[in-house]
Amino acid sequence: MDRLEKPIEYLVRLCGWSSIISVAAIFIFIFREAAPVISKINFIEFFTSTEWHPSKHGEPGEYGALALIVGNFAVAGVAMVMAFPLGLGAAVFISEFASPKVRETLKIGIELLAAVPSIVWGFIGLTVISPLLVDHAGAEIGTNLLNGSIILALMSVPLIVSISEDALRAVPDSYREAGLALGANKWEMVARVLFPAAKNGLLAACMLGVGRAVGETMAVLLATGNTNQIPHSLIDPIKTLTATIASEMNDAARGEEHFQVLFLLGILLLVITCTINLIADLVIKGMKGKANA
Amino acid sequence: MNTPAITSSILLADGVSSASTSSHQMNSPHLEFKNLSVSYGPKVALRQISIQVPKNTVLGIVGPANSGKSTLLKTINRTIDFISTARVEGSVALAGEEVTTMKNVYALRRRIGMVFPLPVGLPLTVYENVAFAPRRIGVHGKAELDEIVERCLRDSVLWDEVKDRLDMLGTKLSGGQQQRLTLARALSLSPEILCLDEFSIAIDPVTTMKIEDVLMQLKEKMTIILVTNLTQQARRMADHVAFLNDSELVEWGENEAMFNRPKKEITGRYLNGEFG
Repeated sequence: MDRLEKPIEYLVRLCGWSSIISVAAIFIFIFREAAPVISKINFIEFFTSTEWHPSKHGEPGEYGALALIVGNFAVAGVAMVMAFPLGLGAAVFISEFASPKVRETLKIGIELLAAVPSIVWGFIGLTVISPLLVDHAGAEIGTNLLNGSIILALMSVPLIVSISEDALRAVPDSYREAGLALGANKWEMVARVLFPAAKNGLLAACMLGVGRAVGETMAVLLATGNTNQIPHSLIDPIKTLTATIASEMNDAARGEEHFQVLFLLGILLLVITCTINLIADLVIKGMKGKANA
Repeated sequence: MNTPAITSSILLADGVSSASTSSHQMNSPHLEFKNLSVSYGPKVALRQISIQVPKNTVLGIVGPANSGKSTLLKTINRTIDFISTARVEGSVALAGEEVTTMKNVYALRRRIGMVFPLPVGLPLTVYENVAFAPRRIGVHGKAELDEIVERCLRDSVLWDEVKDRLDMLGTKLSGGQQQRLTLARALSLSPEILCLDEFSIAIDPVTTMKIEDVLMQLKEKMTIILVTNLTQQARRMADHVAFLNDSELVEWGENEAMFNRPKKEITGRYLNGEFG
C-alpha cells in the first residue's frame, strides 16, 4: 500500500486542480472565439444601445446589448423576489414545523420539481402561465417578463429549499432547545437563533438560485416573449442574453462577426455569474471576518 | 396549594421519604413533584417521584448517570415536550400551579432559568445572547438592556472577561466562558427557579467556586435546583439533597441528615463516593 501513496496523492491533487483548469480553459476558448470582434466592436454602443441588428451578407451590423442585459437582470431579479421568501419559507416549514411524514413527502416533491427539465418549464410558461397572464393580468402578450420570472422562480425554489433545509438541519438541536428554554416561541427561535446560525448556508442557497436564474436559457427563451426591448412593466415581453445566444447561434456562421459577438455575450454572462459568486464569497467571508473581530 | 394533611399522606405513600420530611416544616413548597413518572416509549426514566422544594432554597439532585436527573429538570420547564416519545404522569406544581397541563409553556419557561450540561452559546453576540430573552418579552430600551446584560454577566462571573468584547460572537468564547454565558442568559429574565444541570462540567474549579458563591447569593432571589455529579458540590450548596438511582428516588432530606445519617445504606455509599 505504501508505494501507492504518492500516485494516489498526485491523482487527488489533479482532481482538485481540475476545476480551476476547466474554468481557465472555458475562459480561454470563449475568448478565442470572440477575440477578432473585441478590437472592432464599439463597446459604448454595446453597453448603451438597444439596437441589435446583426450583420447579414457582409453589411455592417449594430450590436447594442443594453436591452438584453437589462432583460436578463430583470427576469432574474423579479424571479428571486418571489423565490427567496418561497424557498426559505418552505425550507423552514420542512425542517422545523412539518411532521416526519409530511417532511418526507414534501422532500420527494421538491426533488421531483428539481428534476423537471428546463424545456418542460418553458412549455408550462407557454401553455399554462401565458393564458393566465393574458386573462387575469391584462397582458397583451402572455410570454413576458413576469411569465419568465415565475418560471425561473419555480425552477430555483427546489435548489434554494434543499440547500437551505440542509443548512437548517445542520444547526445543533441544543440551539433550538436553548432558544425555546428561554421562553421564545418557535417562530422567534427560527428567526433569532436558526437564521443567524445557518446564515452562510442560507446565503449560499440564495446565490445558487441567482446563478441558476441568470444562466437559465431554454425556459426563458420560451416564456419571455423574445422581444429586444427594455421592459417598462412586469408584463412587457423581453429578451435575455442567454436566449439571444441560443436563438441566433443557428443563423450565425462560424467566423462571422455575428457569431463572434454572440461569444462576446457569452463572455459577458460568464463575467456576470462569476461576479455573483465572488460577491457571495466575499459576503460570507465578510460575515466570518466580522465574527472573528 | 397543598394542605399539610394532603402532603403528608402523599409522602407516606412514598414510604421512604416520609420520615425524613416530617422534620422540615414546609407549608407551601415553591416547587413540588408529586408521584411524577416519566417514560420514553417502553423505557421508564422516572418512577413515582415526590419531592418538595421550599422557596429560596437549593435542592441538590445527585445520582449516577441515567438515573433520571436531567429528565426531572425537563419536566419543570416542559422542555420534555420536545421528546416526542416522552409520557409524563403525576404532577409538577410551581407555586401551586400545575405545570404538566399548563397552556402557555412560553410564559412558564420565562419563569424558569435552565443551564444545560454543555455550554450552548447561541450564534449571537455576547450582548445579544443575554439580551435575547428580555427582548422577546418587549424590553427594548438600550439603558435597560445594558443594565440587565451587565448584571447577568456580573452574576455569572463573566463580566470582567467580556466587558470589552460584548459584540463578539458568543460561540467564540472558550467552553468555560460559554457556560457562564449560558448562566447569564438563564438569569436574564430573573427567573423564580434556576435549574442547573451539571453546570460545572466544563468549568475550572476556581471559576466553579466563584459561581457557587454567586449562586448562594442568588438563592435569596430564587429557588435553585442543582443537578450535580459532584456530591461535594451538593454538600457545599444544597439545603436539601435528593438521591436518584435507577429512575427512582431512593431518599431525600436535609443536607446534613443525608450526608451524616442516610436512611439507606446505598445512599451513604454513593454520597461517600464508594460507587457511582
